[in-house]
Amino acid sequence: MRDAAVRVGGRTLWSDVRLDVGAGEFVAVLGPNGVGKSTLIKVLLGVLPAAAGEVRVLGAAPGRAGDRVGYLPQRRSFDASLRMRGLDVVRLGWDGDRWGVPLPWSSGRRAAAQRIADVVELVGASGYAHRPIGMLSGGEQQRLLIAQALVRRPRLLLLDEPLDSLDLPNQAAVAALIGRICREEGVTVMMVAHDVNPILSRLDRVVYLAEGGAVSGTPAEVITSETLTRLYRTPVEVLRTSDGRLVVVGQPEAPAHHTDRHTPPVPLVVEGEAESAGIPRGASGGERA
Amino acid sequence: MTLAMGALGHPFFQHALLAGTAIAAAAGLTGYFLVLRAQVFVGDALSHVAFTGALAALAVGVDLRIGLFVTAVAVALLLGSLGRRGRADDVAIGSVFSWILGLGVFFLTLYTTSRSAGNGGAGVSVLFGSVFGLSSAQALTAALVGAGICAVLVAVARPLLFASLDETVAAARGVPVRLLGFVFLALVGACAAEATQAVGSLLILGLLAAPAGAAHRMTDRPLRGLALSGALAVGEMWAGLVLSYAVPRMPPSFSILAAATAVYAGTYRAAVWRGVTRPSRWVRRGRGPAVAG
Repeated sequence: MRDAAVRVGGRTLWSDVRLDVGAGEFVAVLGPNGVGKSTLIKVLLGVLPAAAGEVRVLGAAPGRAGDRVGYLPQRRSFDASLRMRGLDVVRLGWDGDRWGVPLPWSSGRRAAAQRIADVVELVGASGYAHRPIGMLSGGEQQRLLIAQALVRRPRLLLLDEPLDSLDLPNQAAVAALIGRICREEGVTVMMVAHDVNPILSRLDRVVYLAEGGAVSGTPAEVITSETLTRLYRTPVEVLRTSDGRLVVVGQPEAPAHHTDRHTPPVPLVVEGEAESAGIPRGASGGERA
Repeated sequence: MTLAMGALGHPFFQHALLAGTAIAAAAGLTGYFLVLRAQVFVGDALSHVAFTGALAALAVGVDLRIGLFVTAVAVALLLGSLGRRGRADDVAIGSVFSWILGLGVFFLTLYTTSRSAGNGGAGVSVLFGSVFGLSSAQALTAALVGAGICAVLVAVARPLLFASLDETVAAARGVPVRLLGFVFLALVGACAAEATQAVGSLLILGLLAAPAGAAHRMTDRPLRGLALSGALAVGEMWAGLVLSYAVPRMPPSFSILAAATAVYAGTYRAAVWRGVTRPSRWVRRGRGPAVAG
């Protein structure tokens, strides 16, 4: 996984998308609803074929990279009555795709238990991983699902809206966790996001998907008035505050042809400086009124 | 103890024990996944299908078991293809199974009017089972089929568990989710057909659901729960058989299901007592554990 070149050429939702993601990068995939962000992930997984063009994931065809790709699909929660420990859900990521049942005296048993304990520790879920997963909070479930995606030591982690429907402190904590995994474990992270705020300071690159195609680059390159105005086809302004942060201001009235009215006007706070996690939305929300 | 030893001296009891053990183990293992996948209704539907299949076979004069297996497995696969991703949905099941049940009534009429000289009690024995009436050849077949169902289920246990809990991730990891769904439905069909001989098609649901429901209550570890479900079903089968032998007025179908229900009720009380399950929530849900969304 030295030079993961990913080129996606689709026809229906987006086309002529050229995208190269390097090893160990943290990349966010942004864009309005229905533009095909999740589809991009599915193409990378090999679940959906690319309509045209060439896609390579970790030097292989999509779907061939096997356990070197970890996947966290769009928000799913477990029924409260499901009586299954978090550890067992993580374990499915380890050997859930193998046939048969593990024998009590097999040699892999100890290794499996050790790896699962390690990865649960890594995501900070040791305190509750032994409890039935249906009884855990959304943030706790999400950490365990990230552990499930990580347990086979993937080189590429594909996350589909992992922060969706978490409250602000949990968003910040899970974002910090993903950033840490990317840095410390050297895992390439590609994350579909609806709201870029919680992850901005950790991003190496942003991919903006819109009807007109895709733009990729550093957050400072992509999140500019010109680029966003062109992508959204509606005037979008990016302002710089006195302390170096960038504020993206959409028009209060989205044009009628926009299917998703709330995506462009969400204020984005881009910080030039390091600390940024967990900025309350209210800090930049005044423009929306 | 002497009672059990005495019972074992009778060939009819040996046959019942052999067939019953295999059938119960198969039903326990299948039921665990039915409860996990919130597909208990499928088991119910297929048991009615088994009834129709058996009566159709009797009506046209072929071996009853051929009718049982062919119809139950075929309808199981049909249900899978109607539902999404090899998972039958409730509307599809409801529509198919009421039609099939009507068909069963038709065959029953056909059979009783055209072959009334033959086995008049066949309809009743299909509905309520005749485990004490099995011949040694029938018992051996039942044991082999039951063992086969268990073997396949154990072989696919982990991927099926993965696909049941986490379909999207399992599919992304290369687990053949759709194929597994069909294989599982075929196993449920075979199990329903097989269990018809022991407890009858009307009562299969108890053997599929009660041990599995109790196992889900008793442990939160999946593979342990699977084993426990099978063990409970076998234990309940044995208890029921011995009870019916001791009290001949009790038909075996009744005592087997009485044992199953007693264990299930016991785990329910224990769960409420431990505070694991609040009764109001459980009653409201009714469908058992499932993954939402």
